[in-house]
Amino acid sequence: MNLKEWIFTTDHKRVGILYLIGSLAAFAVAGIMALLMRAELSTIGPTITSNPTNYNVWLYTHGAVMILGFQIPALTGFFANFCIPLMIGAKDVAFPRVNALSVWLFYVGVILALATFFIPDPPDIMWTGYPPYSTITTGNTAMYSFTVLILGFASIIGGVNFLTTVAYMRAPGMTLNKLNIFVWCTLGAFVLQLIFVPVLGTAVTLISMDKYLGTNFFDPAKGGDVLTYQNLFWFYSHPAVYVIFLPFIGVVFEVISSHAKSAVFNYKMVVYGGIGGIVLLAGEVWVHHLYVSGMADWLRIGQMVTTLMISIPVGLMMIGLVGTLYKSSIAFTTPMLYALGVVFLFLIGGLTGIPLAVPSLTLAVSDTYYVVGHFHYVMAVAGTFAIFAGIYHWFPKFSGRMYNELWGKIGFWLTFAGSNIVFWTMMDIGVKGMPRRYYDYAHFPQFESAHQLMTVGAGILAVGFAIAVLNWIIGAIKGPPAGDNPWGSPSLEWTTVSPPPHGNWPSPPSVAADWHPYAYKKN
Amino acid sequence: MHKTKSGRVGRISAAVLAAATCAASWASDVAQPVAQKINDPARGWDHLWHEVIVDITIIGILFALVTAYFVYKSRRTADNQVGESPTLTPAAAVAWVVIPIFVFLSIDLYTAANGWVLWNHYRDVPADRLEIKLESGMYSWDYTYPNGVRTQNQLVVPAGKPVLLRMTSRDTLHSHYIPDFRVKEDSMPGRVTYLWFYPEKPGEHLVTCAEYCGVMHSYMAGRIIVKPADEYAAWMKQEETQLAAASAPEAPAAPAKAGKPAAKPKKT
Repeated sequence: MNLKEWIFTTDHKRVGILYLIGSLAAFAVAGIMALLMRAELSTIGPTITSNPTNYNVWLYTHGAVMILGFQIPALTGFFANFCIPLMIGAKDVAFPRVNALSVWLFYVGVILALATFFIPDPPDIMWTGYPPYSTITTGNTAMYSFTVLILGFASIIGGVNFLTTVAYMRAPGMTLNKLNIFVWCTLGAFVLQLIFVPVLGTAVTLISMDKYLGTNFFDPAKGGDVLTYQNLFWFYSHPAVYVIFLPFIGVVFEVISSHAKSAVFNYKMVVYGGIGGIVLLAGEVWVHHLYVSGMADWLRIGQMVTTLMISIPVGLMMIGLVGTLYKSSIAFTTPMLYALGVVFLFLIGGLTGIPLAVPSLTLAVSDTYYVVGHFHYVMAVAGTFAIFAGIYHWFPKFSGRMYNELWGKIGFWLTFAGSNIVFWTMMDIGVKGMPRRYYDYAHFPQFESAHQLMTVGAGILAVGFAIAVLNWIIGAIKGPPAGDNPWGSPSLEWTTVSPPPHGNWPSPPSVAADWHPYAYKKN
Repeated sequence: MHKTKSGRVGRISAAVLAAATCAASWASDVAQPVAQKINDPARGWDHLWHEVIVDITIIGILFALVTAYFVYKSRRTADNQVGESPTLTPAAAVAWVVIPIFVFLSIDLYTAANGWVLWNHYRDVPADRLEIKLESGMYSWDYTYPNGVRTQNQLVVPAGKPVLLRMTSRDTLHSHYIPDFRVKEDSMPGRVTYLWFYPEKPGEHLVTCAEYCGVMHSYMAGRIIVKPADEYAAWMKQEETQLAAASAPEAPAAPAKAGKPAAKPKKT
C-alpha cells in the first residue's frame, strides 16, 4: 500500500475512504472552533480573545466547514461512494475517473477552508455571507466564494456520477423496489444537489463580483437589492438541509434494520411518501429562513404552510423507523445505540422546528439561541450521530477489522449526554431572548451560568467524539478480524469479503427473485 | 423552554377536531372587521407559543414512549434471534400512508390557522399610534420622532399607545429585536420595513441587534423607556425646546433616503 496508489486511485471504495479521512479532519477542525467559541463565551466580556473578529472567524469556520467540509462530504462522499456500488452489485461507479476528480476537488476545497487561518484578513461573514456586510468587510470574501464553488463543483460531478451508476449499473435482477433505502435517499439528495447547487454558486459569485469587480447586484444605491442574495442563498441552503438529512436518515434505516434484523416497515411508504415527498417540497420552503428579513407578507404566509407540510414526509419516515423496531430482534451494538439516539434526538429536533415554521412565532425567536439549538439537534446531533452510526456499522466492511465495543458505548453515552446539555440549554435561553452570533453577552448577564453549563457540555461532547475517532483508528490498525458479515445482513455489500477487493466481487453478482436487502430469514 | 404537563390527553384530538372546523373559523377571522380594542401581539405570542409547546411536548412524549416500549419488547434474546418483519396487506400499507397524512395535515393546518391569525395582529397596526422612523447603522439605533426630535439608542414612548417603527439601514443588515415585546424585523439599505409593539405599562425594555452586522454586532443595544403619558409629554416638550434652540441656524430637513416606498401598513 503506497501513497501514490491512494492519491491516483479510481476505486470507489478508496475514493470513499479519502472522503472519510478528509471529512473527519474537517470535523476535527470545525469542532475545535466550537470549543474555542464555548471557551470564549464561558464568561461575560473578553475571555480568551479580546478581538471580536477572532470569534467571528471561528464562527464562520465552524459553520462553513461543518456543513460543506464535514457533513455533505461524509454523507454524499464517503457513504455514497463506499456503499452504493456495493449495494447495487456494481463493480465500480459509472465514471471512476470523474469520481477521482471529485475527491481531488474536495481536498482543494478543504485546504482552502483550512487556509482561513493562515491568510491575512480571513473571512468573517458567517457561513451565510449576507451582503452588504460581505461586500464591505475587510475580510476575504473571495476565499469564501472559491471554497463554496469548488466544493459545489465536486458535489455536482459526484451527483451526475451516482445517478448514472444507479440507473445503468445495477446487478441483474436488482429492480428499483429492491434498492436499499440508503440508495434511494442518496439519489434524492443528488437530485437536489444537481438542481440547487448552481443557485448557490450564482449567489457567492455575485457577492465577489460586487466586492471586487464593481458590479452592483446587491447595492440598492446603484439599483441592486439586498434581499435577492438571501433568496438565492436559501434557495440552495434549505434544500442542502435535505441533502444532509436524506442520506443520514438512510444510514439510520440501514443500521436499524441490520441490528434489529427486521425488514424496513412499509418500504414503499418510506421511498415514495418519505423520500419523494421531501424531494418535492424541498424547494418550496426557503422563505422560513427569511421570516424576519422583510420579505413580502404573502410569501411568509404561503411558505408557513409548505414548511409545516414537511412534517408529513418526515413523519412517514419516522413511522417507518419505529415500525421497523416493532417485533424485531434488537442487538444493542454501538452503531445501533447511535441509530436509536438519532430516533430520539431527531424527534426533539423535528418537533422544536414546528414553532419555527410559524412566522408569527418566529418574530420573537428568530436569530436567537432557540434556532441554534433546534438546528443543532437536527444537523449536529442527529446528523453526526447518524454518520457515526454508519461508520461503526460499515467499519468491519471497509477495514476488515472490529472496533472496541466497550469504548464505542462509552463514547456514545458521553456524546449523548453532552449534546443534550449543550443544545437543550441553548433552546431554553433562546426563548428567553439570547441572540445568536454574539461574541459578548454583556446585555444578558442572567445567562452566564447557562453559558458555563454549555461550555462544560461541549467538553463532554468533545471527549465522546474523540473516543469514537480513536476507537476507529486503533480498530483499523489492530482490531480483531471481523469476518465478512458480522451483522448477518442479507444486503449485497455484506456478500463480498471484507475489505472488498478492487472490482468488489470475483464475478458479478446477480440477485434472486425472492431476494430483498431486508429479507431476514429465520434459521 | 416552557414545558407543561397539564392537559395531556385530548390535546391532539382537540387539534384534529379543531382542524375540521378551522376552515370556517379561519375565513371568519380574516373577514371580520378588526376589533376596536388593541390586540397586543406579544400577549398573543405568549398564548400561542405555550399552546404549540404543549402540543409538541405531548406528541414527542407519546412517540418516545411507543418507541421505548418497542425497543424494550424487541431486545434480542435466546428465543428472539430474528425479527418477525410482519408483512402488510396492500390495504394496510395504503392506510399507513393515508391516515398519518391526514393526522399530520390536520395538526399542520390547525397550527397554520392560529399562526395566521396572530400574524395579522403583528402586521395590522392600530390607527391611533406613535409613528417613528428608525435608521440603524454600525452600531447604533437612530430614532426620529414625527416632530423631528431625534434620539440615539434610547426610544422614549408614552405608555398605552401603540408604537410603529419604520426602519431602514445606512450600511449593513441589522435587526431591531425587543425581547420583552416578542418582536424583531431586519432593517436594510434600500427598503423600508416596519414593526409595531404595544407598551402598555411604564418601564424599561432592552433593544438588541439580532442580525449579524459586523465586528461589534454584540454591543449594538439600546433601551425603550416607557413613561406615563404626562411624563412623556413633559420630556417631549423639553426635547422640542432643545431641538428649536439647536436647529435655529439650519433648517431641519430630514434627509430622506432614496429607495423603495414603504410597505404600507393597513389602516384600521
